[in-house]
Amino acid sequence: MATLTLKELRKQFTPEVVPVKNITLTVEDGEFLTLLGPSGCGKSTLLRLIAGLEQPTAGTVWVGEQNLNAVNPGDRNMAMVFQSYALYPHMTVADNISTSLKLRQVPPAEITQRVRTVADKLDISHLLGRKPRSLSGGQRQRVALARALVRKPDVFLLDEPLSNLDALLREQVRGELKQLFESQNRPVVYVTHDQIEAMTLSSKVAVLLDGLVQQLDPPSRIYTHPANKFVAGFVGSPQMNLLTLDCQGKVAKLGHCEIPLPPLAQVPKLIDLGIRPEALSVKGSEVSDQELVIGGKVFLSENFGRETLVSLRVEGSQDVIRALIPPDQTWNPEYTKLVVPFSSLHWFDAETGDRL
Amino acid sequence: MTQDLIRQREQRIGWLLLTPALILLLFVFAYPIGRAFFLSLFTENLGTQLQPIFSGLSNYHRLIEDGRFWESLWNTSVFTGVSIFCELVLGMVFALILNQSFRGRGLVRTSALLPWALPTAVMGLAWAWIFNDQYGVVNDILSRFPFWETNITWLGDPTRAMLALIVADVWKTTPFIAILLLAGLQSIPEDLYEAHAIDGATPWQSFCQVTLPLLTPQIVIALLFRFAQSFGIFDLVQVMTGGGPAGATETVSIYIYATVRRYLDFGYGAALVVVTFVLLILAVVLAGFLLSKARINVSGGR
Ligand SMILES: Nc1ncnc2c1ncn2[C@@H]1O[C@H](COP(=O)(O)OP(=O)(O)O)[C@@H](O)[C@H]1O
Ligand SMILES: [Mg+2]
Repeated sequence: MATLTLKELRKQFTPEVVPVKNITLTVEDGEFLTLLGPSGCGKSTLLRLIAGLEQPTAGTVWVGEQNLNAVNPGDRNMAMVFQSYALYPHMTVADNISTSLKLRQVPPAEITQRVRTVADKLDISHLLGRKPRSLSGGQRQRVALARALVRKPDVFLLDEPLSNLDALLREQVRGELKQLFESQNRPVVYVTHDQIEAMTLSSKVAVLLDGLVQQLDPPSRIYTHPANKFVAGFVGSPQMNLLTLDCQGKVAKLGHCEIPLPPLAQVPKLIDLGIRPEALSVKGSEVSDQELVIGGKVFLSENFGRETLVSLRVEGSQDVIRALIPPDQTWNPEYTKLVVPFSSLHWFDAETGDRL
Repeated sequence: MTQDLIRQREQRIGWLLLTPALILLLFVFAYPIGRAFFLSLFTENLGTQLQPIFSGLSNYHRLIEDGRFWESLWNTSVFTGVSIFCELVLGMVFALILNQSFRGRGLVRTSALLPWALPTAVMGLAWAWIFNDQYGVVNDILSRFPFWETNITWLGDPTRAMLALIVADVWKTTPFIAILLLAGLQSIPEDLYEAHAIDGATPWQSFCQVTLPLLTPQIVIALLFRFAQSFGIFDLVQVMTGGGPAGATETVSIYIYATVRRYLDFGYGAALVVVTFVLLILAVVLAGFLLSKARINVSGGR
């Protein structure tokens, strides 16, 4: 029914502050797009451009066939959940939820009915008479969601809606959000700096840095095929091992290891290698020729309960590699060998950072 | 048990700490009021050679019959009502403007406060000159328009004199209200307006449904302050009109002042003070009652 399209969007506050440089995106009905990036990378600004709270310096926002650049925020039929929730402190929960309907002069009977439906769905019916002040963080978050849902908007916009919740609640609400928005069948744009939220909720993730989309892909592909060094380092926890290696002929040198390079038109002097900690394991009895073996001394181990993170200084170099291994696994403290399949290596251009 | 003991001790300490303030209040407020009430039961004027002679409630009887008192009360109410209304509207406009970001806002904010900082007597004198019928700026400006009467006697006409007083008072105290409201405006988070705009509200609707309700504590405080000040207005009137012409701008304080200092009628003056005090208290209690019905807490809570 509605497709949200951004065309070459740019927002410049001052000549130095350009949080959104050139962004083109489409989000279809039922698609859940997450804008993922570190703090200050322009996620909120992009969302506010979509909502109409900021005017773009250049570029256009479309819903369906309609160019929204000259349309007021209130006429865009988008609902937004603010990071602070922005609940009206002087109104009851019921009034908070129904404000948009009242402003649109929906008949009172319908308002009552819609508020009740959405309150039931979010399990806040018993709070309808209260003021936001007397609600807990989780309850406020639900009210903010209810305020968005009750409108049945064309597009949902959410700005870090879970960031003010404690860890346990966040996990629970995350699951609920996923079900909730799957049933809405509308374009959803969700802003977060939390990669777990991005991975679990979205059907598509746009990784942002410096006002540009670094990669736009489904979450699994972002994880398995990061488009550049920044995405590789930003997505995944613990962080991917990123090493800058010298190239000699057709191999890259890591300590005493020689790692065959991927097929390249021209062999560069330096190359970046990325290995996810979870792709590494402590060497078993036999090693196939499809695997790379890295030897060195483990100087730090951190037990997370579910797994252990070991840090290994590579033999013959100063590079450190971290590996996630099962918690009951033992290793030789003097000299440990880690193995990783060649297929799990990520190569990046040392200068541009692009995936090779 | 121990909980109770701790609480008891805390309460004792609380009272102990409050005592000095209470004693001070007693001397500063309760004693003068009580003394005035006591005085009002006596006749003490030139007729009695300034000797107090107990006369019961006779001063109060006289007061009920005293047309001049009721007229001065009416004048005060008109002055208070009209000036506070204008100040509130204008103060809100200024506060909204000062709340926008523009170049030189700090300078404008500071200079907007200047009228408030001027001594009333000084600015009253200036306004008296501004409204002077022969040399005043107002008449000068008006005379430049065709079809306007020139040489309007501002301070010599009952209605116009009141108007001139109100204009001067509004000029002086609007900045006070503007700054008070501005502080309130700045405490309203911007994202409420953004959420309201996305909800479909026009700026006017946002003003009525977000700004005004959230600004109520500041508005109420401004009203209370200004009501108390304006009802007791003395210096401005004394300087600009002296209560004239023919008592048309005589406020309660001016009348009381004249009774005591000019006619040396101390007993009757005290009765006037007591009645005015009681009326003021009643007005404040009524306002407080109405506000509590509207579930608004003056201290900003709820
Ligand atoms: N109204 C504004 N005026 C000037 N700079 C702004 C404004 N809003 C945001 N910025 C800047 O734009 C950058 C991106 O901000 P934002 O979009 O909020 O980042 P985030 O990705 O953390 O949500 C920040 O450097 C911020 O300082
Ligand atoms: Mg943000």
